[in-house]
Amino acid sequence: MLDAIDRRLIAATQAGLPLAWAPYRALADEIGVDEACVIARLKALLANGAIRRIGAIPNHYALGFTANGMSVWDVADEAVAGIGAKVGALDFVTHCYERPRHLPLWPYNLFAMVHGRSRGEVGDKVAELAALIGSAARAHDVLFSTRILKKTGLRIAA
Amino acid sequence: MPFVDPTGRAIINGLQGGFPLTHRPFRDASARLGLSEGELIEGVGDLLEAGQLSRFGPLWNAELLGGGVCLAAIAVPPERFDEVSEQVNAHPEVAHNYERSHALNMWFVVAAEKPGRIDEVIGEIERETGLAVYAMPKTREFFVGFRVEV
Repeated sequence: MLDAIDRRLIAATQAGLPLAWAPYRALADEIGVDEACVIARLKALLANGAIRRIGAIPNHYALGFTANGMSVWDVADEAVAGIGAKVGALDFVTHCYERPRHLPLWPYNLFAMVHGRSRGEVGDKVAELAALIGSAARAHDVLFSTRILKKTGLRIAA
Repeated sequence: MPFVDPTGRAIINGLQGGFPLTHRPFRDASARLGLSEGELIEGVGDLLEAGQLSRFGPLWNAELLGGGVCLAAIAVPPERFDEVSEQVNAHPEVAHNYERSHALNMWFVVAAEKPGRIDEVIGEIERETGLAVYAMPKTREFFVGFRVEV
């Protein structure tokens, strides 16, 4: 469970770390604890998965990765775990989830988001995925985003 | 392809994770990137200013912090698309919303501090729009090793 210090740490780092020689000390001063406390907390939060990673968080669009295709696959339920692990391990897949089907409109239960510099590049990568998954996929599709209707940061309460 | 200088490239390709938890982390990270501490700090600042990094720091996992996140989709009749987009986006819990090429043509993420709020927001959107909202909560997450290479 998160305590008050963790919550202050989340609030103080949502916009990022201070760009200073001793950023954790600057953070510690800001939230009223010492530097060793900040470092120990962040280590623990990283170890339990509350922090996925610490470093540069790229803006895909600004770096030219303007095409994103949501590839979706209808895979037998008992095969999803093995296939999902293989798909997620590819370096061009940014998210990989199992989700419920909504038949008959939506038969797909495995989602793999693919980013690329063009739709063609995304299409090539989806073809690689199709080859990897093979006959375990009964059907698949790729949904390209045609417009961003809203994009705000995920806000976390502190 | 937007221009990224060699310092920016070293940072983006080499520092998407593993930033040290030490007293002088920029110094400790800089050597393996072939940069000085000052060049690294300045380079990160430049990338942020150019908008090529959205942030530099911890990437928090909202769900493990007690919040709820759910992907949802609607098949919106084309003539109502803008109207429904406004109705959906008006909810502060809707974090992202994309138009996509499919009969299910509107895909959005609902994020709330209290997981129970997700179903409420989806119900509100169904009532306001008169359209079915297909909730697609993740039932399993697979590890991804993704790194943007520039």
